[in-house]
Amino acid sequence: MFQITDNKRLTKVSGLRKIIVSALVLTFAAVQGLANHDDEHAKSHDEHQEEEFKAGEMIMHHIADAHQIHFLTLGHNTPEEKHVAINLPVILLGENGLEVFGSGHFYHHEKHLDQGHGYEHGNYIMVDEVIYTKNAEGELTYGENGEILNDKPLDFSITKTVVGLLLTTIIILLVLISVGRAYKKKGYKAAPSGIQSLMEPLIVFVEEQIIVPSVGSREKAAKFTPFLLTVFFFIWIANLLGLMSFIGGYNVMGSISVTLVLAFFVFVITNINGNKHYWKHIFWPDGVPLPIKFILVPIEAVQIILKPLVLMIRLTANITAGHIIILAFTALIFIFGQGNPAVGYGVGIGSTLFMVFMFFIELLVAFLQAYVFTLLSSLYFGSAVEEAHH
Amino acid sequence: MILLNLLAAPVGLIFWTSLAFIIVLVLLKRLAWKPILKTLRERNEFIDKSLKSAEEAKEQMSQLKADNEKLLAEARVEREKMLKEARDTKENIISEAKKTAAAEGERLVSNARAEIEKEKAKAMSDIKSQVAALSIEIAEKVLRSELSNKDKQAEIVEEHLKQSQLS
Repeated sequence: MFQITDNKRLTKVSGLRKIIVSALVLTFAAVQGLANHDDEHAKSHDEHQEEEFKAGEMIMHHIADAHQIHFLTLGHNTPEEKHVAINLPVILLGENGLEVFGSGHFYHHEKHLDQGHGYEHGNYIMVDEVIYTKNAEGELTYGENGEILNDKPLDFSITKTVVGLLLTTIIILLVLISVGRAYKKKGYKAAPSGIQSLMEPLIVFVEEQIIVPSVGSREKAAKFTPFLLTVFFFIWIANLLGLMSFIGGYNVMGSISVTLVLAFFVFVITNINGNKHYWKHIFWPDGVPLPIKFILVPIEAVQIILKPLVLMIRLTANITAGHIIILAFTALIFIFGQGNPAVGYGVGIGSTLFMVFMFFIELLVAFLQAYVFTLLSSLYFGSAVEEAHH
Repeated sequence: MILLNLLAAPVGLIFWTSLAFIIVLVLLKRLAWKPILKTLRERNEFIDKSLKSAEEAKEQMSQLKADNEKLLAEARVEREKMLKEARDTKENIISEAKKTAAAEGERLVSNARAEIEKEKAKAMSDIKSQVAALSIEIAEKVLRSELSNKDKQAEIVEEHLKQSQLS
């Protein structure tokens, strides 16, 4: 009798120990991951840094779009320096028509320019990830202030951001279509299960808490719901993807081009659906004296474009800012480490802790920005379809 | 320089974003949002309906219960009434019976008394007639014995005459 209980307790203790050990292992793995993350930044910045570490440049490099997904540099500043990177296809539409080639052709042919350095391939020179057509001498032409005057081919390359977009698209489609199929198969009398249970509260939250109250009524909202739900999940998943720095650190929603497209959709949908009341409110507001109308109408008219523009900038700025802060903490380590490596390690501990904190904040921001974009779009749509009330 | 690139919106990226977003929008609209939202709405309606019918059932139940209670109460009142009536009837019957019995008793007694009186009278008259007959017989016998000689007869006549004169 006593033996049995003792054994039981023993297994219980060993079970607990297992949990503690695995938790410790996980923690170490996480710290290791962060350390690697730091290394990655360190190494990629180090390729530019022979003389001095430039934090700003390093940060911008990580935020900006690129024609490759760069993971890390092995043996930097040595003859056998190696880059661990995925070279992405470059697609150019220039004078010679459509040209497709791997971006490795650029990255393997470094070219020293009059100002800084770039890469060349065929008829093109790439400086800071912008591709220019060579001039007659096969060089770049600089303007008075050092700006590059060369023609630019239309660059339809699958850049890092495009890959991020693609991954976002694939994740969203896989998840939501499977969820959609589950609903279709099970019908309304079955309780949701699996990933369905994860997505349902989100979908219901977006529909019931954001879209319907903002647009005004369920009937009016029905037209906009598919678009707004898509926008919400598109932004959210892209933001989450951007936080996973170890898979390339995509800054999808931090790219103006991406948010521009989303904002443009919002602009078009708002104004296509604008009813009489909406336009009248802009161009001939009720209950306003005539002289005031001369001031008010231009402001209201500008707002048609300004509202989506603000949407665009808010999203880009917020996501980019998050990335910049995390990268800045990383940069701190190397700024301090330059003088004395020991100080660098010391700062590294603090920086890492702050970075972990920031990652949690960014998790929130990823959701929050998706929420805000969806909410404001819903409000704009709501104002477009609002009926006159007296 | 690179900061400017951040603010620039390259055509390529705009193109790919539009393409990706439109594909996602179209596919999701057809394959995800339509079935999901439809199912959610149906489920909401189903839940609403179920709740409503449950509420109705509850109401019906309480109605039924109230009805039952009312019926029960009515039945109880009815029973009470019936019991009371029965008790009244019983009492009535008993008192009636008592009364009848008393009356009957009375009647019987008075009958009996009357009969007794009658019998008594009859007996009396019988006795009287018998006494009379007996007296006459005795008298006859007495007379026979008395009048057996002539002297005695004359003495009696005399005496009778005296008495009747005196009276």
